[in-house]
Amino acid sequence: MRRGKRLTLRQQQEVWAYAFLGIPLLFFAFIRFYPALSAFNISLRDWSLLTTAKPFVGLQNYRDIFADEVFWKALKNTFTYALLGVPLQLIIGLSVALLLHNIKHWVPFFRALYFVPYVTSVVAVAWVWRFMYQPHIGIINRFLLDLGFEQIQFLRNPSTALYSILAMIIWHGVGFQIVLFLAGLQMIPDMYYEAAQIDGANSWQIFFRITLPLLNPTIVFVVVMSSIRYLQVFSEVMNMSNEGLGGPLNSTISTVLHIYRTAFHRFDMGRASAMTVVLFAIVLVITIIQMKLVTRKYEF
Amino acid sequence: MGVLNGRSRRFVKQALIYLCLTVGAFVMIFPLLWMFSTSFKTPWEIYDVNILPQSFQLSNYEHLLKNTGFLRWLWVSSVVVICTTASVLVFDSLVGYTLAKLQFRGKNIIFMAILATLMVPTEMLIIPWYIMSVDMGLRDTYLGIMFPGMITAFGIFLTKQFYEGVPNDLLDAARIDGLNEVGVYARIALPQVKPALSALIIFNFLGNWNAYLWPLIVAQSPHMRTIPVGISFFSNEVTTAWHLIMTASSCAIVPVLVVFVIFQKHIIKGVQLSGLKG
Repeated sequence: MRRGKRLTLRQQQEVWAYAFLGIPLLFFAFIRFYPALSAFNISLRDWSLLTTAKPFVGLQNYRDIFADEVFWKALKNTFTYALLGVPLQLIIGLSVALLLHNIKHWVPFFRALYFVPYVTSVVAVAWVWRFMYQPHIGIINRFLLDLGFEQIQFLRNPSTALYSILAMIIWHGVGFQIVLFLAGLQMIPDMYYEAAQIDGANSWQIFFRITLPLLNPTIVFVVVMSSIRYLQVFSEVMNMSNEGLGGPLNSTISTVLHIYRTAFHRFDMGRASAMTVVLFAIVLVITIIQMKLVTRKYEF
Repeated sequence: MGVLNGRSRRFVKQALIYLCLTVGAFVMIFPLLWMFSTSFKTPWEIYDVNILPQSFQLSNYEHLLKNTGFLRWLWVSSVVVICTTASVLVFDSLVGYTLAKLQFRGKNIIFMAILATLMVPTEMLIIPWYIMSVDMGLRDTYLGIMFPGMITAFGIFLTKQFYEGVPNDLLDAARIDGLNEVGVYARIALPQVKPALSALIIFNFLGNWNAYLWPLIVAQSPHMRTIPVGISFFSNEVTTAWHLIMTASSCAIVPVLVVFVIFQKHIIKGVQLSGLKG
């Protein structure tokens, strides 16, 4: 009798579980899974928004994008953003966190000030930075003039525009890392440091032999998160570059901005989808490398 | 003597650290201060590049509210934030609960499937979403802007993590008392995970308030622009009227700053939580 009752309870729970999951599962199927597969399908077709026929063209879109100079330029820029931005942001974030870890007063106050840019709207602050970079009326150029330097055409010169945008991206994102690193540092038990000091280790030895290895999981997480974010950079370039199209002379264009232009200015969904598939492949490779790095940690 | 020496060296070191941190913090908040300062200036003062306005004018704010689409963008952004937050609160916490506390077949597969969606970058989904929106007439609608964010894998994991800390005995006791599963979820389990829910609300607010790429694509007519989309098109309307652009940016950022100041602890905890999970 009791056993029978328990079984029906079990079955009841199963019915409830499926009822609870009904709408969310439909959501994931139609809003996440179907579109992901659909992107592959579109990338194999000549899919223009302006015509009704969407003929299958095999890998033609992939051939086209790899023959497209602007796509290569966008990829190169994207990797420049990532390869400079990720380490710079890491070094700045870790340095500030180490400084914060070495003071006693005002830690939450400083942490809050460093974190604030992270919560602000990227579009809004991109325009603030664009204003600061202006010649004549921009505060940075006014400052340079006052110090006796010449003005710099930050966003209008193809050789400085990308780095000017990069500075803003680092400014916007570094607070997130500071918070994570500070939390990581606070979790390292004091006894490790005390033991090292007793053994006569100097500050550098302590940093490289104790702090850095024990902070490794946080560093791996931060590097992966920010690599993926840098590979998807869009809003900053869209709002800071000349005409919002990755200029001047495509010197700042990113992969996602090129995808946006191809899909929504030229309405070539097939080609744009092929680019998103390439982007997906790159992100996937980085995620897999992360998993390898993280699991290696548990081996000893 | 040696002790004093060491002490004064430590003092100098500490002073240097505070100095570095202060300079750094100034660099971090200067752009925001500059934005606010400019928003109170007259158009002529832009050329003077003074740190502070000669007198604090509210005329830019008046102009922004009266003569531009800002109030409309504010309305669209608010509707989007409120509706997605409500949806995320209900569905994410329900799925998190089901995965953490109910026994049923296929649980692991469903969990892995939801996990897998995190691997796909949003950019890959945007073109299919757009085509779906065209087919279903969702362009320039609130639902069109909101649908991708109605349920989030992040929220499901966050709440699931917290539900796992709720003792099963508590739930079983409620079941024996005759509560059905909806009651157990809503009246017993849900109040136990309030910290997760507040983190979810805050991150959802920040994410949707600042979202740009998808709203830019799906909202093509000016009356369905959110605040970030409105600002990005604003420069065309008010060519290089930097005082107005800075005013619009200030208005976009003030609500976020208010939320940040009030919920600072929750936000910092939430960030740390997301890091520790990874």
